[in-house]
Amino acid sequence: MKNIITKLLALVAMACLMVPEVLWAGGGGGDAPIVVVADTRVVHGIMRYFSNLYNTDILLFAVWTVVLTAAYGCFLGVLMDKLMGLTGLDLKSRKIVEH
Amino acid sequence: MDFLANANWLYMYMPIAGVKIFWPGLVLIGFSVGVIGGFFGMGGAWMVTPGLNILGFPMAFAIGTDIAHIAGKSMVSTMRHSKFGNVDYKLGFIMLIGTMVGIECGAQLIMLLERAGNVGSVVRWVYVGFLALIALMVFYDYYKAVQKKKSGEVDGERGTEGITWYKTLHRLNIPPMVHFKTAGFTCSAWLPIMVSYLTGVLAGFLGIGGGLLRMPALVYLIGCPTHIAVGTDLFEVMISGLYGAFTYTLKGRIELVAVFVMLTGAAIGAQIGTVATKYSKGYGIRVAFGFAVLGCMVSIILKQYGFTSSATVLILGTISVICIYIIKIMFQGAAQELREKRRTEMLGS
Repeated sequence: MKNIITKLLALVAMACLMVPEVLWAGGGGGDAPIVVVADTRVVHGIMRYFSNLYNTDILLFAVWTVVLTAAYGCFLGVLMDKLMGLTGLDLKSRKIVEH
Repeated sequence: MDFLANANWLYMYMPIAGVKIFWPGLVLIGFSVGVIGGFFGMGGAWMVTPGLNILGFPMAFAIGTDIAHIAGKSMVSTMRHSKFGNVDYKLGFIMLIGTMVGIECGAQLIMLLERAGNVGSVVRWVYVGFLALIALMVFYDYYKAVQKKKSGEVDGERGTEGITWYKTLHRLNIPPMVHFKTAGFTCSAWLPIMVSYLTGVLAGFLGIGGGLLRMPALVYLIGCPTHIAVGTDLFEVMISGLYGAFTYTLKGRIELVAVFVMLTGAAIGAQIGTVATKYSKGYGIRVAFGFAVLGCMVSIILKQYGFTSSATVLILGTISVICIYIIKIMFQGAAQELREKRRTEMLGS
């Protein structure tokens, strides 16, 4: 009886492993390229423009990404510089001591 | 008070990824990575990706978004470090040549190996090996410096140093010899080119930004004082980050809205991290960096064995502890500086 139960359990375990493989062979799997499309139905204004650009002209979108990231980084850098200046700390000199 | 009852305003729609994300979480991730990146001089992609994942960001967009945000954040940090005189632009530009060529060679190498078979696991173990070596080097260096200090040995104007391999490498007399004014040394131009090429190959091979490898290389092999290594490395991260942002966007793997939200938090964090370097000794930065490297290494090992959630918890825990440590350094140092300034003013009047 113990033997039968062990065999039955082994069979169930094998089935659990094999069934997904069978389903896979029946149409799943593979390395189909994923095409991502921005949903422009729910956005407006400038967000809609950039979502459309992402869908239609990825090169221009990439150029915009780099330009906007750099510009925003610069803007934040200057803004933070002004704000940090208000703290009264000396932000132009430091001592280099290793240990 | 309607906005308090309705939490919808805390969620922002990401038009490309098509998901609603808790935007204060994005600001917090940006802030933490800004603090740590500004202090250590690295991008910190290994910290951002699991954070984005927790917020519900699809993995396909996490890397590109992360790289673009790192580029912008490094720009803010570089500007601040530059004011302190921590950026050696000449060294940065020379290293950029080696880094770019190296990353491309590393990427080609990995593609070649991928065609031969599945190398994902090998790459991860190589990464773990290098991180272990870096951590070992950092802690051994600290141990040696402490021993030297106890015995009263002082190397020069920088104070006591443990590992001084750069002194041997500076003796290489292959023209052209270049003087790096900000970093304060003269060496063959081939030294930074070769070192950045090697770190670039590794970065390309491992698929990482390279700050984790370049910062210690700048200190131990090129001989930069720690503060200047941090600033110069951030300059490199900024340029390579912009390039990375461009290529990942071409693949469609970016969410621009998230980049800007994260960048806003990162700009504040970067100020704290960068200013904290002023109040920290070189070895303070090096040892904390060693712990960050250890955290990164253990998280990769956990991921390798399938413990993804444990790895995420470890990464977030490491980020929090290091972040609090840096913020403490910054605020304690700033308070002391302001107290001294006030005392001097009172004595003057």
